Amino acid sequence: MKLTKFLASAALTVGLATSAMAQDKTKVGFIYVGPVGDGGWTYEHNQGRLAVEEHFGDKVETVFQESVPEGADAERAITQMALQGADLIFTTSFGYMEPTLSVAGKFPKVKFEHATGYKTAPNVSTYSARFYEGRAVQGHIAGRMTKSNIIGYIASFPIPEVIRGINSAYIHAKKANPDVQFKIIWAYTWFDPAKEADAATALIEQGADVILQHTDSTAPQAAAEKAEGVITFGQASDMAEYAPAPRVSSIIDNWAPYYIARTQAVMDGSWQSVMTWDGISAGMVKIGEISDAVPADVKAEALALKDAIAAGTNHPFTGPLKKQDGSDWLAAGETADDGTLAGMNFYVEGIEGDIPN
Amino acid sequence: MDLSSINPVLLLASLMVAATPILIAALGELVVERSGVLNLGVEGMMITGAICGFAVAVETGSPFWGFVAAAAGGALLSLLFALLTQFALANQVASGLALTLFGLGLSSLLGQGYVGVKPPHTAKLDIPILGDIPFLGPVVFSHDLMVYFGLALVAAIWAMLKYTRIGLVLRAVGENHDAAHALGYKVVRVRVMAILFGGACAGLGGAYISLIRVPQWTEGMTAGAGWIALALVVFASWKAGRVMLGAYLFGGVTVLQLNLQAAGVSIPVEYLSMSPYLITILVLVIMSADRSRAPASLGRIFHATQ
Amino acid sequence: MLKLEKRPQPSQLWTYLTPLLAVIITMIAGSALFALLGKNPIEAVATIFWEPLFGEFSFYYRPQLLVKGAPLVLIAIGLSLGFRAGIWNIGAEGQYIIGAITGAAVGLAFYPAESWLIFPLMVLAGALGGLAWAMIPAFLQVRFGTNEILVSLMLVYVAEQLLASMSLGLLKNPEGFGFPGSRNFQQYASGHNAEIITGSGMHWGVVAALIAVIFAYILLNRHILGYHIRLTGQAPRAARFAGVRPNLLILFCLGTSGALAGLAGLFEVSGPAGQISIDFNVGYGFTAIIVAFLGRLHPVGIMLAGLLMALTYIGGEIAQSNLGLPAAAIQLFQGMLLFFLLAVDLLTNYRIRFVKAETA
Repeated sequence: MKLTKFLASAALTVGLATSAMAQDKTKVGFIYVGPVGDGGWTYEHNQGRLAVEEHFGDKVETVFQESVPEGADAERAITQMALQGADLIFTTSFGYMEPTLSVAGKFPKVKFEHATGYKTAPNVSTYSARFYEGRAVQGHIAGRMTKSNIIGYIASFPIPEVIRGINSAYIHAKKANPDVQFKIIWAYTWFDPAKEADAATALIEQGADVILQHTDSTAPQAAAEKAEGVITFGQASDMAEYAPAPRVSSIIDNWAPYYIARTQAVMDGSWQSVMTWDGISAGMVKIGEISDAVPADVKAEALALKDAIAAGTNHPFTGPLKKQDGSDWLAAGETADDGTLAGMNFYVEGIEGDIPN
Repeated sequence: MDLSSINPVLLLASLMVAATPILIAALGELVVERSGVLNLGVEGMMITGAICGFAVAVETGSPFWGFVAAAAGGALLSLLFALLTQFALANQVASGLALTLFGLGLSSLLGQGYVGVKPPHTAKLDIPILGDIPFLGPVVFSHDLMVYFGLALVAAIWAMLKYTRIGLVLRAVGENHDAAHALGYKVVRVRVMAILFGGACAGLGGAYISLIRVPQWTEGMTAGAGWIALALVVFASWKAGRVMLGAYLFGGVTVLQLNLQAAGVSIPVEYLSMSPYLITILVLVIMSADRSRAPASLGRIFHATQ
Repeated sequence: MLKLEKRPQPSQLWTYLTPLLAVIITMIAGSALFALLGKNPIEAVATIFWEPLFGEFSFYYRPQLLVKGAPLVLIAIGLSLGFRAGIWNIGAEGQYIIGAITGAAVGLAFYPAESWLIFPLMVLAGALGGLAWAMIPAFLQVRFGTNEILVSLMLVYVAEQLLASMSLGLLKNPEGFGFPGSRNFQQYASGHNAEIITGSGMHWGVVAALIAVIFAYILLNRHILGYHIRLTGQAPRAARFAGVRPNLLILFCLGTSGALAGLAGLFEVSGPAGQISIDFNVGYGFTAIIVAFLGRLHPVGIMLAGLLMALTYIGGEIAQSNLGLPAAAIQLFQGMLLFFLLAVDLLTNYRIRFVKAETA
């Protein structure tokens, strides 16, 4: 027991000593689940890191580790950053939730920020983006643009985040075009370019002329480009290399403002544990430029919808809405509460097919 | 559920595209294994080929030179394996796994400047009259050149193994390297050539993914295709024709699965994804009835004692 | 002209020297690589090899070497028995996954009951799960003569699909807001594979790995079965005359390696990893094959090789975050180390002679 106490206190003193030494520079660490060159999820987090560097210049030092497996390896990577004197650590994948909390318990002086999770601690915040707000805008454009009335959706895993996106896009596509039908493919991967391309092709061959994706690679864009008259939306990144067509717009994860604000808070000593769930209004979700392939009136409507969501006057989940099984969910004018949204495990009325499992 | 929305013509056509990368890579590995060498590094060589082909195609603007570079890149990487296993007499299983690790690292280093770049377009062959035949036209006659290259390779390797002297020597070396050596065949030389050929094929298969099927470069983009190619060779019981069948089956299951989902059929995705592997095991069991056809010297180290 | 000549006996001296030689060559080649990437090569190599062992924070990294090395050693020990006898189980990754699933399933079935009996039951279930998965290729080989390399490899993919299915379905945490993944064993005392001494990295998996090393050493050197294994590998025909029953040996070797891989999976899921999730497996089963060969299939060698691999992993992570080296460069570096280790083994079994070219 004595040995353990010694070790634990040694860890603390050393941790404190190094952070004291580096007082003049705030050290910010990032743990990435994929390579920074994935062109999607991790790429955007890394853009946020670079923005922090650019914003604070000499006052900040950033470090990162890429392709960190979730689980035991993540715990070590996070601990290592804390040991090396990081003041603030962003862990950017859902699977890092338990490791983050576990390390945070050992380093009470270090601040932690966990993306997309639901557990906090005095020195652990969570942050996530309301991507479904962007999905609503996408859904509207999709509903107005489709000629075949078939919209293809490449989903990754059946988790609330993805289901929320499907529902939001469907509700707004349906509003814009009552005849619209969704074809959903569960790819069971976040990232497998070949499979994503195949999924997009399968959807296109079955008549879809709009492809929405919740996987991270640009493969579906390339597949759509090969077919004619199909439009897509960038996911996570702008994917501007496929603009003006097939990519007509995009949802961009814009972490930079949040990362800068939180780093500033650590510098000021004003950092507090919070659960942030920001959307378009805070700039965490950005709608990529709507290209000229979209008719001007549709573009104007989409931008108006975006502004209304940002202003808070239009919640993407506003009643009357029913669940897929026909049971009531939201009465007219009622909006969905965050708890239901966070754990969403049902389709809204009108979507065909079942959620796997 | 609306099965009528699946168009069989388009399904078959995209099945051929999905099958091509694993087909080409597996044919290369088939030749390697026929020579008595087991190279588990197919995934590493494929992804190296994918980036070499992509980079050169982007720089030169020519997919043709891209594919040439992919073959060269794959072969060069396999040369490492050849040196290790044929000259340093290292264990093939471990060397192959090390090759995959090395190839994955190398490719992502090489590819750092190519994320988000679009490669030059590879033209589809539009064969004037044949392409217009109903059904057969779009299925068989409207692909890019590499699809036909893969099919030609099947025929070429089949003929090579069956009718040529090279094929005879290759099989002799793979069945019994000591006897082959006693007959005066250069065992090591034959095997090195086979390994290089396998590397080149894996490289081509990888480049097909990065230049045509997807087409783009992203780290780790082969996502396990190399391992499927390995499974294919076994599935095919080391016969070129059956490799083709297997490639369509493996590629087909994915394409079909996605199409069924799009058509609204609820299918247990995980269990369907397992099926090609379970079928392969079944094939192995059935095959064993007529005595396992694996080359007898597969995976064994050869050193000529004089 | 260079010529290889087989040594009558593997060289004792080179057995010990070659790993050292390989590490030195890798350091040199690695330095060149890091210099090419614009990093200080000496600093980079020092970070990888020195920092985890003797650096400022080695009090944390040294125990981590055990955590990272233990599953590798545990699996590799099991594999090495079969490899010695020419029985190739490449599917340890699958057995690892199944062991984790069955072990975790037993633990979760008891949740939230607390009893000291639960963890031993989980361990048993994990071992049995791995054993059962390995028995598929073993049985098929004995009964039908199928190739165990291929069947065991195929079963890895099947196991991965099962893992995805389990973490999204049966074993999903009912209080997890619909997110994939099971309950966390770190918050379930009876099912938690906790550190035996806090901060030491010693969990039951490390203990199991040590026992496995000793067990394998005794088996190979002191037991008739170990003799049969070695004999079968060296001279299969002679082994048959000596009364070895090949089928029993296949069942034993595949079964043992499967059970050990299953154990490794259980210890990982109930300890360091904490939960069943889609990406639970990180390739230990494949890396262990390399570890087995690096350790020259010798129990003590495997233990050292496992620790060396763990060192490059952890040192590589430090180099990433301290020096900004890309993860790919570390992967490449590890690949080089493996190549050189495999290549220099030649010197153990062969002599290199310079011979004047003969005129034919």
